[in-house]
Amino acid sequence: MIMVEALLVLVVLAPLLAAVVSVASQHATVAEFANLTASFLCVAVAIWLVAHVGGTMTFVGRYVLLDPLGAWTLLCTCIVYALASIYAIGYMRLLKEEQNRLPAFYALFALFAATMICGPLMNNVGVYWIAIELTTLVSTFLVGFERGREAIEAAWKYIIVVSAGISLALLGTVLFYWAGSLVLGPTYDMTWDTLRRTAPQMNPALTQMAFLLVLVGYGTKAGLAPMHTWLPDAHSEGPAPVSAMLSGALLNTAMLGVARFLTVTDAASSSMLPRTVLVAFGAFSLFVAALFIVRQQGIKRLMAYSSVEHMGVLALGLGFGGTLAIAAVLYHMLNHSLNKSLMFFGAGNAMRTYGSREIDAIRGVWTRFPVTGALWLAGAVAITGAPPFGLFLSEFTLMRAGFATANAWAVIAMLILLIVIFIGFLNHFRAMYFDALTPPRSPLAAEPGARLNAWMTVPMWLALVPVFVLGIWWPQPLWHFFEAVAADLGGGAR
Amino acid sequence: MLLAHLSPLAASLFSLLAIGSLLFAFVMLGSRWLKDYLLAFTGESWLIAALSGAVGYYGNYHELYLVAILTALFRGLVLPWLIWRIISRLAVERELHVSLQPSSCLVLGALLVLFAFVVSNHLGNALGLGGTVVVLALTVMLSMKLIGFLMLAVRQEAISQVLGLLVLENGIFLGSQILVPGMPLLIELVLLFDLLVIVVSFGVLVRYLVAHVGSTNSRELRRLAG
Repeated sequence: MIMVEALLVLVVLAPLLAAVVSVASQHATVAEFANLTASFLCVAVAIWLVAHVGGTMTFVGRYVLLDPLGAWTLLCTCIVYALASIYAIGYMRLLKEEQNRLPAFYALFALFAATMICGPLMNNVGVYWIAIELTTLVSTFLVGFERGREAIEAAWKYIIVVSAGISLALLGTVLFYWAGSLVLGPTYDMTWDTLRRTAPQMNPALTQMAFLLVLVGYGTKAGLAPMHTWLPDAHSEGPAPVSAMLSGALLNTAMLGVARFLTVTDAASSSMLPRTVLVAFGAFSLFVAALFIVRQQGIKRLMAYSSVEHMGVLALGLGFGGTLAIAAVLYHMLNHSLNKSLMFFGAGNAMRTYGSREIDAIRGVWTRFPVTGALWLAGAVAITGAPPFGLFLSEFTLMRAGFATANAWAVIAMLILLIVIFIGFLNHFRAMYFDALTPPRSPLAAEPGARLNAWMTVPMWLALVPVFVLGIWWPQPLWHFFEAVAADLGGGAR
Repeated sequence: MLLAHLSPLAASLFSLLAIGSLLFAFVMLGSRWLKDYLLAFTGESWLIAALSGAVGYYGNYHELYLVAILTALFRGLVLPWLIWRIISRLAVERELHVSLQPSSCLVLGALLVLFAFVVSNHLGNALGLGGTVVVLALTVMLSMKLIGFLMLAVRQEAISQVLGLLVLENGIFLGSQILVPGMPLLIELVLLFDLLVIVVSFGVLVRYLVAHVGSTNSRELRRLAG
């Protein structure tokens, strides 16, 4: 217990400390390594926590919570944080005009990680909302870090759309509190557990309305369509390591809120409505992603829409419910975090080498950088859900689970849309790898671009190898862990 | 529960304050001048502070006095002052291009209030609280929410959008004072702090907008699409 408490303090404190060191030292190299050390520490702690978390534990007057689901989300976040920290060292050094702002960058970066680490650990529903809101505020400045016209535009849209959306989640949270107060009396601790235990006595109409508000609110933050409009802008305009953090880590932390509120709503009434709405959001996200992926022109926007797709998959899985679906969702979360980091790193490398963010300008990747190119291509095959990678396994399991539920129509839709996305996504890669540069564009060879360094390829290896291993071997202990989470979420299939 | 047996005086006082805040939201909808928005927002915040105090007095929630003071201080003084500073640095005094005339906005706002009332009335009846101040609180809360979204949708100045967000926030805060007066003090304090951080962040971003985009009008922000 003491050990766990100390580690929880450590996992939050490490990035905070890194931020302080970055600001205090005002030295780029010190900031880089402070951040890197903190991120490695976080991963180590997160792995330990996942391995040792037994049931639900609360600390600090029940404000801090460690449960299997939270620990898992924490692990995904920390892994992305570590990968992105390695990559950032290589990538940010290439931004010549930003060199003297690097300490500020790493301070924000570490602070962003700290807020995301806090989210899953918050036991009080109101404080969880605040943690999520803080992630927005910090990451806005990371999105707008390069201060270009587009970057500022993206940052502005991001903060307005997400703040407006998340205020709906606050409204939903207040309504949940109100529903609880009609049972428990005016003042009580609004923890996830209290809400769920009280839920059977709550008014079903009120809880359903509150859940829909929360779903739209956190759904905005998680990038579910049609509230996803900020996502492609923010993900494409931030520096590549930030995009990886936004996509691989931030979206999960918001999805966690949806998952936890869903269990409360489930306990309140046996209506299928909340789940069906969640499934509908998921299917619509896939649909929107498919449309925009097929005709996409920006390389990072392509990756961003792929995130909308994968959040849609997670929403579908949560909506299906049941042990198998929950296990698939958690597995997918990890695979997506790893794989999407890899994709954004590759996109960052391509952008730096070719000096453009347009897919049309990126040609002949094979010859330009064979190793990174091979990794990136493997990642592209993996992210579209092809075997033998982890995402194939998780999506396949998810479909199996979905067929057994009342929302089996969504599985058919998912299958068709995934095929469309597969074709559309890989078509862009075919063009980038095998097509010649189209004549109207001047060959970019005149500007040789930056040389990639080891900092920029090592994290790609570190991401791809696990995705591959997880694709051929679903470890038994993980399966037991997922079962525990599903039991926690009351994951009975309906 | 406090709300089920309120004295008539308390109930009418709560109603008056809530409706007053809603009226201020309409003032914002009906004007084009940024300073009007700001003044209306300030008035709204003061009414909400008064409401917190009134709920605290009639419901015996003494910690609400503190919330009332802090609300008046933060929402009624500090935030308007911060936004005032931003406005006075800008060259913009009013909305130049509105996609919907203020008069049409008012009509639309009235329709939104009707919608909010229908939803609240339905919920109130489901809870067996029909006809009490609860329905009114819910109506005002949802209306302010919807009006805030309307402002975000049709106004294009950066400041209008920030104030639109703050109206969303105010709506929730107002509703929560009546519906859940017993909400733990800590949460309320952190929310206030959070609001402050939001406004400071916006201040910085507006400065970037001026410096790097050259305008604070969101019509200019249309490079990213697809």
